[in-house]
Amino acid sequence: MADTTAIESISVDPSRRARLAEFWYYFSENRGAVIGLWVFLALVVIAILAPVLAPHLPNAQYRDAVLLPPFWEAGGRVSYLLGTDAVGRDMLSRLLYGAQYSLFIGVIVTTIALTGGIVIGVIAGYFGGWLDTLIMRVMDVILAFPSLLLALVLVAVLGPGLTNAMIAIALVLQPHFVRLTRAAVMAEKNREYVTAARVAGAGNFRLMFKTILPNCLGPLIVQATLSFSNAILDAAALGFLGMGAQPPTPEWGTMLAEAREFILRAWWVVTFPGLAILITVLAINLMGDGLRDALDPKLKRS
Amino acid sequence: MLRFLLGRLAVLIPTFIGVSIIAFSFIRLLPGDPVALLSGERVMSPERHAQISHELGFDRPMITQYLDYLGGVLSGDFGTSIVTKSSILDQFFVLFPATVELSVCAIILAIVLGIPAGIFAAIKRGTLFDQTIMGTALVGYSMPIFWWGLLLIILFSGILQWTPVSGRISLMYFFPPVTGFMLIDSLLSGQSGAFKSAVSHLLLPTIVLSTIPLAVIARQTRSAMLEVLGEDYVRTARAKGLSPFRVIGVHALRNAMIPVVTTIGLQVGVLLAGAILTETIFSWPGIGKWMVDSVFRRDYPVIQGGLLLIAGIIMVVNLIVDLLYGLINPRIRR
Amino acid sequence: MIRKLTFAAALMAATVLSSAASAKTFVYCSEGSPEGFDPGLYTSGTTFDAAAHTVYNRLLEFKPGTTETEPGLAESWEISDDGLQYTFKLRPGVKFQTTEFFTPTRDLNADDVIFSFERQFKADNPWHQYVAGAAWEYFNGMGFPDLISSIEKVDDMTVKFTLKEKEAPFLANVAMPFASIMSKEYADKLAADGKMNQLNQMPLGTGPFAFVAYQQDAVIRYKANPDYWNGKQKIDDLVFAITTDAAVRYQKLKAGECHLMPFPNAADVEAMKADPNLKVVEQEGLNIAYLAYNTTQAPFDKVEVRKALNMAINKQAIVDAVFQGAATPAKNPIPPTMWSYNDAIQDDKYDPEASKKMLEEAGVKDLSMKVWAMPVARPYMLNARRAAELIQSDFEKVGVKVEVVSYEWAEYLERSKAKDRDGAVILGWTGDNGDPDNFLHTLLGCDAVGGNNRAQWCNEEFNKLVVQAKTTSDQAERAKLYEQAQEVFKREAPWATLDHSLSVVPMRKEVEGFHQSPLGDFAFEGVDLAE
Repeated sequence: MADTTAIESISVDPSRRARLAEFWYYFSENRGAVIGLWVFLALVVIAILAPVLAPHLPNAQYRDAVLLPPFWEAGGRVSYLLGTDAVGRDMLSRLLYGAQYSLFIGVIVTTIALTGGIVIGVIAGYFGGWLDTLIMRVMDVILAFPSLLLALVLVAVLGPGLTNAMIAIALVLQPHFVRLTRAAVMAEKNREYVTAARVAGAGNFRLMFKTILPNCLGPLIVQATLSFSNAILDAAALGFLGMGAQPPTPEWGTMLAEAREFILRAWWVVTFPGLAILITVLAINLMGDGLRDALDPKLKRS
Repeated sequence: MLRFLLGRLAVLIPTFIGVSIIAFSFIRLLPGDPVALLSGERVMSPERHAQISHELGFDRPMITQYLDYLGGVLSGDFGTSIVTKSSILDQFFVLFPATVELSVCAIILAIVLGIPAGIFAAIKRGTLFDQTIMGTALVGYSMPIFWWGLLLIILFSGILQWTPVSGRISLMYFFPPVTGFMLIDSLLSGQSGAFKSAVSHLLLPTIVLSTIPLAVIARQTRSAMLEVLGEDYVRTARAKGLSPFRVIGVHALRNAMIPVVTTIGLQVGVLLAGAILTETIFSWPGIGKWMVDSVFRRDYPVIQGGLLLIAGIIMVVNLIVDLLYGLINPRIRR
Repeated sequence: MIRKLTFAAALMAATVLSSAASAKTFVYCSEGSPEGFDPGLYTSGTTFDAAAHTVYNRLLEFKPGTTETEPGLAESWEISDDGLQYTFKLRPGVKFQTTEFFTPTRDLNADDVIFSFERQFKADNPWHQYVAGAAWEYFNGMGFPDLISSIEKVDDMTVKFTLKEKEAPFLANVAMPFASIMSKEYADKLAADGKMNQLNQMPLGTGPFAFVAYQQDAVIRYKANPDYWNGKQKIDDLVFAITTDAAVRYQKLKAGECHLMPFPNAADVEAMKADPNLKVVEQEGLNIAYLAYNTTQAPFDKVEVRKALNMAINKQAIVDAVFQGAATPAKNPIPPTMWSYNDAIQDDKYDPEASKKMLEEAGVKDLSMKVWAMPVARPYMLNARRAAELIQSDFEKVGVKVEVVSYEWAEYLERSKAKDRDGAVILGWTGDNGDPDNFLHTLLGCDAVGGNNRAQWCNEEFNKLVVQAKTTSDQAERAKLYEQAQEVFKREAPWATLDHSLSVVPMRKEVEGFHQSPLGDFAFEGVDLAE
């Protein structure tokens, strides 16, 4: 769907290049956002190249090297730069592979939540009436729970594991997209260009997704970035509570959960996975701020 | 105002029914037979199984079960825990004050630090000060708080040995729970040192739980202030030669606070979600830990009742915030 | 409600505590909150530690540190010649605890004993459903409803149990926590006040420690019972500081905030042993993990095949990988701490070569089988999946292909019972009453086929021995029969016995008089703190 809308906007909007330039201008104004972008790109590269970069396999256990500190501390070894965990796995390698999981979680969860949210939101906003009321009440119900609690219980229902955790998180993030899309669609649907398209004989589907939707994309993109970082955080939290990815998966939250028992003995097994989560989430949020400044006209002034 | 209230209630009631349906159906969707789980490795005879199913009401039609449950909830009966066999509402009332105490302290800390930080950042917009504050706020906003809690434990409990690792008060102190709030109870007890001990136990969890709300409030205050400072009347006031303190303190702040109050209201859900992680890390006996424990113990009635109670609280708090908002800002009443 | 009730008690205790500043307080960092305080209602050790071993006594007690029984509230007993009638003589002058919430007016008598059993036994007893969903798990689980025909009061101090059949483990059963003796006088008062729930919240019994207060999920307080029939305890106050996280428990133990803790992280044990302020005791827990073949299905119906597979399993590797050493490989189906354990038995040697040859001789070629791995961690098997994977690679070395399968826990338990089940099942057992019958007959008897007997193994010789032992009263005679039964078991190899996990108890150096219980209890009668 993203593809078709992009093509559509090329054909209907000759000033696309100008808009892109304007967007980049505002985005690059924000130094933090640019830093965030670079860090994020670096993380993507790390995730893709993890098998090449990692000195060891993420689950390889070195029985002679259990709980080694990072190389700069007494007792550390250069072959395990950031030390090893309780069963002798290389921290650095696990962290690098962990980037794969976190980005994967972010992409999948955001895609599910975004697609689902847009479809439901467009339907609610475009058709209105009882269907709209029903959909919005259901979204209210989902939003009435603290998201992490709902995700936790959902995972308990579905069974612990990464897939189920992603489904649960996507489900609790979705209502935000529904609300945004619906509000935007309702604001747009009586505009002149929509009426014109309708008079020209455009069908409901075309009107909903090809005419109206591309004009509501800005806030959705901002929300998607937010969801991306939320998904990573929530998945890590579920992993930490033992309900997300299951050991020995090198997911950062799960690594933290396994590391808890060593909290007072081996600071590195606790510190690094959390730092990795923080850096990733921070980079995405920095980007998100820049995107908001660039895409949300209301806030451009400030 | 009454119409506004009725309007909100008209939305609230169907939502609550929806919440109860979701909370109810979770148990039925859970994999595995809860009765069989009760006995574990010990094989249960089919008769015994049927008898227990019957006692727990699992053998009746779904609709009947739901209506009974809803009826019970409306009359204040949230059922009994499979594990402890005690009333869920009673347990909730015992544990809830601990969560409230922690959440209230956290939100107070967030407000006390967040609002001034946001204001000053807005006034000094663009300076290093502003950038530092906002950078810190974004780090706080991006923080995996379960890790943050562990770091604080390593530093303050492990290395410096300043604060205790877990719990609400040292075991040395023992007094009856009067209010359920340890800070108040420790003062009422009159035992010397009790209050101090309660505070030192509360310190780290409060910092951890307040991290995200603090960041959100600081950011929201800053952008609301910036918006207001750009408005005509503030410029007018400035042009009239009013002191900057008066301009900001009286004119700008009052208007900037409207969105900030809403933001604070919205933090209730954030706090309760954060309480799940914070209470787990610090073994804080509140409802967040209660829910996590119940999920692991597969105590379905507690999960069900807890979901409903927590959602109910959030809905009520949001209603109150809406009403307050309506009072501050008469425009939206219509 | 709970709050209101505990309030008065707490107030009282506060004054007690502050007036006796120099009181000796023993703090136990317990692993979880008790589910309640009526031991009949629950099955978890956490609850038994908090209620049964502190507040209550039973007719018989387990001798500290053993699985043998000794007189408790019953001073003596007689068993009729047909083995069906047990007549217990109660100990005279046993006082119930005097607490802030109840003052007893009479000593222990037969009514209390009858009340304690009948509330679990008789559906028409007013206390049978005093909490919603009371299932009396253990009373039913030990088969008492079908076993007991009547409980009668002979006189004030004599109670007679009449059984429907011979059951030698009966004496061990009445020493179990669910059979704790409660005060009927207290119960009657609660019923009269309309506060029956309180029986499960504020327990009152004859035990060494009297209940003071419970703050949910935080702390339980007891004080020594000054009227205890077995002498007042050396410590004055007993505190359970509920600490669910093992790392935090360790931290508190190190800091001296508690004196003893259960269930340390395996990874911390080394450091604990090295700490001069701590001491660590350990012994095999009352458990067994096993791999049960389905002995009714070819080729596992052949003894040689089962034997050969047993020889292919490297148990030590499992113990190392799953428990980091906190377990011992098992050779018998009962743990070494249990009476009648046959230590003379030789375990099958780990020998892949010999195993391969035996399989060939038995005509087994290209065998592929399923191994079931439990989805949950249990005390006897912390990670069944990992164990299954090790077994998989062990079996592959002798030419047997293995597919590891798993189901959701309740389903796993249910499906593994099926007589025509495909594959060998990893499962285990934690003993209840320290009686070998509880393992050998319960898990391997012919009656249990299609149920607890996951090997679906009905061996006439074995079954005869364990049934005979069940109906013999003399313990020495029983021990002989069980030793023989273990020989048959080893010869026939219905299971590969995998491991007994170790129970490790770290404590402060100054703790004296703690007996590690092979039953897994944490009981503090007789403990003291050296000055």
